[in-house]
Amino acid sequence: MTVGAAIRTDATARPGPLSRWINDGWITTRRNLIKIKRVPDILVFTTLQPIMFVLLFTYVYAGVIDIPGSTYTEFIMAGIFAQTVVFGSTYSGSAMAQDLKDGIIDRFRTLPMSPSAVLIGRTNGDLLINSISMGVMMATGFVVGWRIRSSFLEAVGGVAILLLFAYGLSWVMAFLGMMVRSPEVINNVSFLILFPLTFISNAFVPAETLPPPLRLIAEWNPVTWLVQAARELFGNVPPGTPVGDRWVQQNPELAVLIGVVVILIIFVPLAIRRFSQVTSR
Amino acid sequence: MNFVEAVGLTKTYTPKGAEPVHALDGLDLSVPRGTITAILGPNGAGKTTAVKVLTTLIVPDSGTATIGGIDVLRRPEAIRPIIGVSGQYAAVDENLTGFENLDMVGRLYHLGAKASRARAKELIDLFDLSEAQNRPVKGFSGGMRRRIDLAGALVTQPEVLFLDEPTTGLDPRSRLGMWDIIRSLVSQGSTVLLTTQYLEEADQLADDINVIDEGRVIARGTADELKASVGGQRVELNLVTPDDTVATVEVLRRYGTSEPAVSNDSRTVTVSVASGPEALQLVLRDLEQQNVALFDAGMRRPTLDDVFLRLTGHTTADAEAETVKEKAP
Repeated sequence: MTVGAAIRTDATARPGPLSRWINDGWITTRRNLIKIKRVPDILVFTTLQPIMFVLLFTYVYAGVIDIPGSTYTEFIMAGIFAQTVVFGSTYSGSAMAQDLKDGIIDRFRTLPMSPSAVLIGRTNGDLLINSISMGVMMATGFVVGWRIRSSFLEAVGGVAILLLFAYGLSWVMAFLGMMVRSPEVINNVSFLILFPLTFISNAFVPAETLPPPLRLIAEWNPVTWLVQAARELFGNVPPGTPVGDRWVQQNPELAVLIGVVVILIIFVPLAIRRFSQVTSR
Repeated sequence: MNFVEAVGLTKTYTPKGAEPVHALDGLDLSVPRGTITAILGPNGAGKTTAVKVLTTLIVPDSGTATIGGIDVLRRPEAIRPIIGVSGQYAAVDENLTGFENLDMVGRLYHLGAKASRARAKELIDLFDLSEAQNRPVKGFSGGMRRRIDLAGALVTQPEVLFLDEPTTGLDPRSRLGMWDIIRSLVSQGSTVLLTTQYLEEADQLADDINVIDEGRVIARGTADELKASVGGQRVELNLVTPDDTVATVEVLRRYGTSEPAVSNDSRTVTVSVASGPEALQLVLRDLEQQNVALFDAGMRRPTLDDVFLRLTGHTTADAEAETVKEKAP
């Protein structure tokens, strides 16, 4: 048996840093795409759950909650979009924890690959899953009567801001996954944090209807800014709806963009640093 | 010339609410080029920590390490292209096929798409992995995963290969298969650092053995040197019937330098002697006079278990028990 073939990594023949970085990011992204293909649960969950939410919320609450100048279906869609993509960003947390548990992070860390590649591949995987979810939810929304009442470009902006927000959150979750190291714990903890975060917001009811302490939390909750931004960009805010006098209420799109940039500035380096130090067991 | 050189490595972990654990406590290590060197020690002796330091996974608290003259701690990015690592827990992606796993590793070594595919195919053939070529690794046996993992460490021909307990948890047949693979690597001149808790494995595979306990090397040499360091030889007799045990022990006492040891089934009796051949002749003569029937009689050198016992004053099993105790809260 000849195990040692004449393959050597020749330092001079190796591609430059940028093309290596792109290669590594693509290879690890591809790994996650194959996983989505091989583990059908992920795809079933990411398509069926949003359909279920759209149907449940629009039909169960439509008669109860009154939205002046519009319908609850029009109101709720941005909320369901936001909730779904926020939860869709948590795969990065449990997946990083699982990779650590399986020891494959050790394999990656002993390869001459760029230390950010695994994280880029991982967060790209979430981005893809969320894109699929968005498509499914929008299609279901159209069926139950949701309509985009803005320009095409604004609608694209609405989809983009939702995906961008979730992308930022994926980096936070990936970092936490490497800190907590247990896929089960990270799932439970993110559930405990993200559920209140999405509910104490304007996602499912107008924030003005919340009791004062919750209302204050809701107004400063980034999910509220995101939902408000998406609602505005999809043209689902009926004309004449009162706007609060806080800056974040008047400029939700900008608030979300600034928030995402801040999150990425903090958590991308933190996650990469953690990746460069962490080892299984 | 030593290809891998580590001097005075220390690493201390402090688990929450427990005493600090000195995983490495001044470990020195050297691996000459083209040889296979074993780190032998019980669970918790620091074997995996040592490998993790040398493979750039963790940074020691103090000490230095070089591979091929390159500083492991200062230039880990220069180390990674020249090493191959295969760990105790097969680091393969469950959802990828055997081929996809190896292809991915090749591409992350920046071999390019074509060369990565060709090398993956080649390794599939070499390691007899055709069964796992096009099926996800999930669902394959531990032996198969371990082979894929080892193949992953050989995607490029690494200048030094680190094998952390390559056969732990494998069934005896898979273990023999793994030994064959490792032997063939060495016959081609690879430099290998292997950790093991199996004395027989170090004896079978390694040119040079470092016995470690509590994070430092307590003895170093070839298997023969280590055994000779215990001194003396043993005469070992296998009896046809346990009825002769008492008479045999009586005879062995005359020529032995220690109290004869009787196995649990009373059929094997062993004693240390000063000079093997001479003692064996005398023992056989006496036993013949007493009509003791033997299945087998011979001299044996001390085993590495004997070595460990002499060096540390405790057996490998004791050392493990101690480690478990230390780790308990």
